[in-house]
Amino acid sequence: MAVLQSDFRAALLDPDHPMPEGLTDGAGRPTPRRFSVYRNNVTVALIDALRAGFPVLHKLLGDQNFDQLARLFARAHPPTSPLMMHYGADLPAFLDAFKPLAHIGYLGDVARLEVAIRCAYHAADSAPIAPARLGAVPPEVLMRSRFSLAPAVRVLSSRWPILDIWRYNTVPGAPKPRGIGQSILITRSEFDPEPHAVSEAQLAWLTAVRANAPLEEAMDMATDADADFDLGPLLTLLVRHNALTDMITPKE
Amino acid sequence: MLDATLTPPRLPSAPGVGYKAQHFTELRAAPGPVKWLEIHAENYMGDGGRPHAQLRALRDDFSISVHGVGLSIGGEGRLDPDHLARLKHLVGWLDPANFSEHLAWSTHGAEFLDDLLPLPYTDATLTRVADHIDEVQEALGRRMLLENPSSYLAFAESTWSETDFLAELVRRTGCGLLLDVNNVFISATNLAYTPQSYLDAYPLSAVGEIHIGGHDEDEDDHGATLLIDSHGREAAEPVWALLDHALVGTGPAPVLVEWDNDVPDWPILRAEAERASAALAAIAAG
Amino acid sequence: MSKTMKSVAIVGAVAAAMTAHSTTTASAAGKEKCYGISLAGENDCAAGAGTTCAGTSTVDYQGNAWTLVDAGTCAEIELPALADGTARQGSLEELDRDLPA
Repeated sequence: MAVLQSDFRAALLDPDHPMPEGLTDGAGRPTPRRFSVYRNNVTVALIDALRAGFPVLHKLLGDQNFDQLARLFARAHPPTSPLMMHYGADLPAFLDAFKPLAHIGYLGDVARLEVAIRCAYHAADSAPIAPARLGAVPPEVLMRSRFSLAPAVRVLSSRWPILDIWRYNTVPGAPKPRGIGQSILITRSEFDPEPHAVSEAQLAWLTAVRANAPLEEAMDMATDADADFDLGPLLTLLVRHNALTDMITPKE
Repeated sequence: MLDATLTPPRLPSAPGVGYKAQHFTELRAAPGPVKWLEIHAENYMGDGGRPHAQLRALRDDFSISVHGVGLSIGGEGRLDPDHLARLKHLVGWLDPANFSEHLAWSTHGAEFLDDLLPLPYTDATLTRVADHIDEVQEALGRRMLLENPSSYLAFAESTWSETDFLAELVRRTGCGLLLDVNNVFISATNLAYTPQSYLDAYPLSAVGEIHIGGHDEDEDDHGATLLIDSHGREAAEPVWALLDHALVGTGPAPVLVEWDNDVPDWPILRAEAERASAALAAIAAG
Repeated sequence: MSKTMKSVAIVGAVAAAMTAHSTTTASAAGKEKCYGISLAGENDCAAGAGTTCAGTSTVDYQGNAWTLVDAGTCAEIELPALADGTARQGSLEELDRDLPA
């Protein structure tokens, strides 16, 4: 009798599913413990992969809670690609809908931040713009220009203090999280992603620029959020962290 | 069957290690006898960043071997064309000395199960695996090596021995073999045959690379020893002896030390490479 | 804001940005250090998981049960009510009740 890979797979991820028939030890005897080696390999490898991918979530929940969560998630959402570096992209949505942890409302967004940092880490390399180029065009041309951000740049917004929570769990001596919502810009100067808190107006500006809006439109979006918006600090931050890669001036 | 003129430069017949990012600096400062590194293909299929930068720096000092774990050569379905394209891209820019994969499956439908799962050795499996090897060799434009698995169980439906199965794949596809002596020892112990008898029946002339690594010991439902391929410690003494035995048949060959779980500090891994170096020196001296 | 005022604001922002130095070009000599992750105990956390070609002797026969057991650092995080009056989530009181530290 042939053992189909679909039968094998069904028993791998479901502990209540019987192991396929036709699998034996060297002497032809059935042996569930031997099949369990594969069950363990898959389950433990996926739990370990999630621990590696979500270090802050792991710290927040502790070993046992995290492993239970990871086991349930892995059985429901096994990887869909051999690129394990990206595994767990569905965990934030899984957490949002996971009732036993619903009373800790920020977990899904903290997981989103960890996914975004991981994506930034593996994003394509890019060369930053020479800052002098910004000053080489007249302001009215600059206003109609569009800006390219580095492939590693990510922007997130949360009702929860997710950057505070992330720092509290990664930076020794960081203060306890405040009761605020936070928007975050992730840059990668060279190899290491770095999250920065940004204001609502800065978030509006970044969102417009990422949608390929010209500078004037991005400025309008930002001043709608905050009439006193000053682009200086954000532009400086983008230049300092190699996040600005190109400027496309309008064709005359 | 692959055009033999496409065979890429061989790895040096010297020790290599499975590359771990945490060893980057020490490995380059004090490589000891290590002349080449093996990377897992899938870990370098991101778009950029530190993994790629490290690899570009390492290839200046070491030969590189690419070891795939995600192609699912033994899968019932067709090979994933996207994954094959990613592999072709990696092999294209890196131009490694070797590309190897496993006699196993790991993908089912759209799912990747992150383990090397076992195959029955039947005519149907043989045809399918040979077709997949042909497809990989054609896509990459080079000969690949196929690694023998660690077996924890046997399929009642199997009609081929593993060694005959591998020899027939070599004959049909022109592929080479990656001989993992730790896997031989594990499978032989788990399925109650002698590792020496396996090597005696194995097509040693097709070997392009050898793996050695550590295993753990457990037992099955009947109290029989069940070895597990954990790559989490030094290789066991009988596995080193098996390496010596294999090298007599293959002659000097690239020998890789694998250590993937509980990865130690560099000097401990290097000591394993020194032991492999001594085994190679003994063979070279005759 | 008039077009002129906007332009003035932009010129100021650009002038500030142009004097900013990239954090990496300034330390090009330290590039080698950036490649490696060799400091003892320093993890490359953002990398996420790698692949494996090894098995494990760790046994995991667990079913799909869920029991809250120990608590991690979430028990230390105390957040006041949201400004929009959203039902309180993540408060210390509820953590104390559901997640024994």
